[in-house]
Amino acid sequence: MARIEIENLTKEFGTLTALDNVVLELEKGQIVGLLGPNGSGKTTLIKIMNGLLTPTAGTVSINGINPGIETKKIVAYLPDRNSLPEYMTTGQLIELYQDFFDDFNIVKAETMISELGIDMTQQMKRMSKGTKEKLQLCLVMAREAEVYLLDEPIGGVDPATRDYILRTIISNYNEDAVVIISTHLISDIESVLDDVIFLKEGKVVLHKKAEDIREETGESVDQLFREVFRC
Amino acid sequence: MEWNFKNGIPIYTQIIDEMTMRIASGQYPPGGKLPSVRDLALEAGVNPNTMQRALAELERRELVHSERTSGRFVTEEEEILNTLHEVLAKRYFEEFADKLHKIGMSGEDIAEAVKRWLEDIR
Repeated sequence: MARIEIENLTKEFGTLTALDNVVLELEKGQIVGLLGPNGSGKTTLIKIMNGLLTPTAGTVSINGINPGIETKKIVAYLPDRNSLPEYMTTGQLIELYQDFFDDFNIVKAETMISELGIDMTQQMKRMSKGTKEKLQLCLVMAREAEVYLLDEPIGGVDPATRDYILRTIISNYNEDAVVIISTHLISDIESVLDDVIFLKEGKVVLHKKAEDIREETGESVDQLFREVFRC
Repeated sequence: MEWNFKNGIPIYTQIIDEMTMRIASGQYPPGGKLPSVRDLALEAGVNPNTMQRALAELERRELVHSERTSGRFVTEEEEILNTLHEVLAKRYFEEFADKLHKIGMSGEDIAEAVKRWLEDIR
């Protein structure tokens, strides 16, 4: 089902060009890494795909529809910072998701939450930074969405949880869905990626299969990234 | 066994090598059923499409075959398994001989050393 087309997308904030004529086509059944250094435009791109920012020029379409209310039904979004009401407990947040999203699978959410040892009765504001991130990810991944937009899902968690998250992404893999993961922690996730997109100063400088990069350059995606973005 | 992937080599070729080794060593016995693509992908920590591609190649090499509804199975053809053993043994032997040549041992030296070593462990 899911297909994302981005045409000549530009986003300016005053004099700053955050995205510069981005063209991308993403197919279903893929796990895509959106990779770039800080400030390269990853979060801006994801926010536009999720309808939180409007483009200065160009278009995004998800299954032929511009981002908005309709696409939010099929797009599961993990923001780069907490967007949930912190006074709520884990249990209340599960109810919130259950109310908001038809595709929310409560059994899946409860399983992940218990596997990660998150307290159902704890308020979010009393949780550590890492636990907050884990909880948000559980809620997002428990949706049976067609598009997953994960903005830095592994940045703030310990390595064991990182492995758990990657396993969750793999076991959740669905040939009709697209998963887009933005990160700069490439070596941790590169083995799960189909496609790799390098974003540099708002421009797509590379869009390739991770396996083709390894085959053609004899380097890992992480090594190639360090070369392209050498400071 | 743990899956360890080296940098800069396509992951699917590394999966093919590991699965081939598992078949040759009997970890996946002849006629045995392989875990599902998803379970293997999870175990290895790799993209399911990559695992699928590797398994398709193992099928092409006739080391495994799939039965439409019940999954993938290791071959029971002795000829294929024997060839596999020969190919692997040759590859390991070449690697081993290559290293010993590098430290200055001749073919005769190696043969002598192997003979002595086999006697020692006996």
